[in-house]
Amino acid sequence: MNQPMLEIKNLHAGVEGKQILKGVDLTINAGEVHAVMGPNGSGKSTLAAVLAGREGYEVTEGQVLYCGKDLLEMDPEERAREGVFLAFQYPVEIPGVNTTYFLKAALNEIRKHKGESELDAMEFLSLVKEKMKILHLPEDCLKRSVNDGFSGGEKKRNEIFQMAVLEPKLAILDETDSGLDIDALKVVSEGVNKLKRLDNAQFVITHYQRLLNYIIPDYVHVLFDGRVVKSGGKELALELEERGYESLMSHELQPA
Amino acid sequence: MSTATETIEGLVRQEYKYGFYTDVEVDAAPPGLNEDIIRLISRKKNEPDWLTEWRLKAYRHWLTLKEPTWLKVRHEPIDYQSIVYYSAPKKKSDGPRSLEEVDPKLIETYEKLGIPLKERERLAGVAVDAVFDSVSVATTFRETLAAKGIVFCSFSEAVREHPDLVRKYLGMVVPYTDNFFASLNSAVFTDGSFCYIPKGVRCPMELSTYFRINAANTGQFERTLIVAEEGAHVSYLEGCTAPMRDENQLHAAVVELIALDRAEIKYSTVQNWYPGDENGRGGIYNFVTKRGLCKGRNSKISWTQVETGSAITWKYPSCVLQGENSVGEFYSVAVTNNYQQADTGTKMVHIGKNTRSTIISKGIAAGHGQNSYRGLVQVRPGAMNARNFSQCDSLLIGNKCGAHTFPYIEVKNKTSSVEHEATTSKIGEDQIFYCNQRGIATQDAVNMIVNGFCKEVFKELPMEFAVEAQKLLGVSLEGSVG
Ligand SMILES: Nc1ncnc2c1ncn2[C@@H]1O[C@H](COP(=O)(O)OP(=O)(O)O)[C@@H](O)[C@H]1O
Ligand SMILES: [Mg+2]
Repeated sequence: MNQPMLEIKNLHAGVEGKQILKGVDLTINAGEVHAVMGPNGSGKSTLAAVLAGREGYEVTEGQVLYCGKDLLEMDPEERAREGVFLAFQYPVEIPGVNTTYFLKAALNEIRKHKGESELDAMEFLSLVKEKMKILHLPEDCLKRSVNDGFSGGEKKRNEIFQMAVLEPKLAILDETDSGLDIDALKVVSEGVNKLKRLDNAQFVITHYQRLLNYIIPDYVHVLFDGRVVKSGGKELALELEERGYESLMSHELQPA
Repeated sequence: MSTATETIEGLVRQEYKYGFYTDVEVDAAPPGLNEDIIRLISRKKNEPDWLTEWRLKAYRHWLTLKEPTWLKVRHEPIDYQSIVYYSAPKKKSDGPRSLEEVDPKLIETYEKLGIPLKERERLAGVAVDAVFDSVSVATTFRETLAAKGIVFCSFSEAVREHPDLVRKYLGMVVPYTDNFFASLNSAVFTDGSFCYIPKGVRCPMELSTYFRINAANTGQFERTLIVAEEGAHVSYLEGCTAPMRDENQLHAAVVELIALDRAEIKYSTVQNWYPGDENGRGGIYNFVTKRGLCKGRNSKISWTQVETGSAITWKYPSCVLQGENSVGEFYSVAVTNNYQQADTGTKMVHIGKNTRSTIISKGIAAGHGQNSYRGLVQVRPGAMNARNFSQCDSLLIGNKCGAHTFPYIEVKNKTSSVEHEATTSKIGEDQIFYCNQRGIATQDAVNMIVNGFCKEVFKELPMEFAVEAQKLLGVSLEGSVG
């Protein structure tokens, strides 16, 4: 069982012929929380999109193993059913599709995939009630269409709520902190922390150190221009906060 | 991606499951249209002279008309002389028709279509009139209905058994001069259903007609007439299918509804005629005139349609709101996939005081489909305080399809109010990906979004059919995203 949950090896990827990831290496084990930090445009969301299997992103080199399996071979829905969850930086609105209905369909797809029985409406509802408490999500969000007319904060909370219900093995959170005020940030971070277990991993993408005051990472990686240029413990985040990306980079890129 | 693409392709191939043909002996007229053919149809049905004359007048009028060209649809010219206007499965005897005498092949056909006609297997609470090409082959639950004074039978039978009612109401709402296809229908109509709900009676079950086109080169020209007397209520549903063929086939029906004081008629359609193949070959031309007259005060007519089939759909189920306080409603879902074309909508004609109408139209276009909403809201000078609300939403799937909205509003009374809202949206790749990322496959995601889009209309359908309609929609859109 010492197999890593996620192994990214020399990953090169781009979109529309533009090279964005230029050789990313990263290993995540079960039970760990990893943070990826980097300035805007460094490729953080691209990395998340490639891991989730978004169409249009082309992998030109390297490989990604998820629990030992070739992740890049799988359809996006298969990755999801295998336990890869992406909390979107910009959650998508789906008018007309009820949030509860949507989430029940998603959970049952995952359960079917695992060979478990599907939950009926009553069973699902009691599960949902329990998970709502973790996120302090207003009940009427569930009655509305998926993200339709949600405030920025509600959308982000809804992402983590879905994560709570779907219980992924690998959760990738793309700038879940952006657009949240400090109170909402605390609620969301608490939620994420409660979902941490020995058999799952969290991959937290953020631009600001602020989030890492609440979600304490085991490892911090700095992504710059499509490469991980520095990795370290949680103190690296503070260092970045103090000195900024630029100074770190100029220091880093200077030949020894 | 390859596995997803394969399954989608597999689904496209299995698309139209009603495309089979039943081999039965038929009694058919030669192709072509002239006064002799019309007399032949009338004679086959033992019709009274007044009806033969009515047909001939319609035919002579039709000869003066040209096919309408204002539609936003394209098709090869129709050769009206190559169509067979009468085709009926041969009867085993001439006596009164009971189910025992119906050819077992026909009963089997309807069973395959999910419409059991045999006593013990009948759909609970739904009376069915089964029309096969030009004739009605069976009507169920007649005795139960007759006990309440309700007449539910084939049109031909109504002409024989209730000639006064038919003569009084035939053409009252859609006169034989109404339009090109209505005139043609008036001349050559063969069968259809007739319902009469007497004063104060609430029909205890859903009434339905299931239309099946079977024979090749045959047009289906049915005529349905529903009359609800004072305070009567009825809910009626029609369904339709046809075999898969490379040639186009013409279906030109007329439906007339008449609601007297406080009467309510709810008319639902699930239209699933053969739509043609993925290259646009074959399919039914569905050119239909449907109109309801709210003749009495406080009467109500509600149309709900789910249009998934046909190569071309041309229909505008309408309400003439004559009685004071009368209500007209139109709820529509129209789907065009592959090369299907639809030009559909409604007319709400406000004549009486305090008349109200609601229009909810949901157009879905996928593939190379073209979907037009065309609607008229007309408020006549005497229609004090008339109210209309219209909402026309279009949903696009892919980039090769089109959605168009043509609302016409004519208001001649200042105390009235007319509201029109329209939206166009597209199922975005980001929405599909979001669903995929939660474990939901693409086709399921599309169905989920489409069903959400149509929810307001589906909730108007009788329960038993709402589920069917949802499934049908799923099948119609299979392969629409790849
Ligand atoms: N779909 C796209 N088409 C073209 N360029 C893109 C696309 N997505 C991202 N990029 C570019 O790739 C770079 C990395 O973007 P992104 O991964 O979103 O960065 P981050 O999330 O770190 O801010 C940026 O320069 C961005 O403009
Ligand atoms: Mg980003």
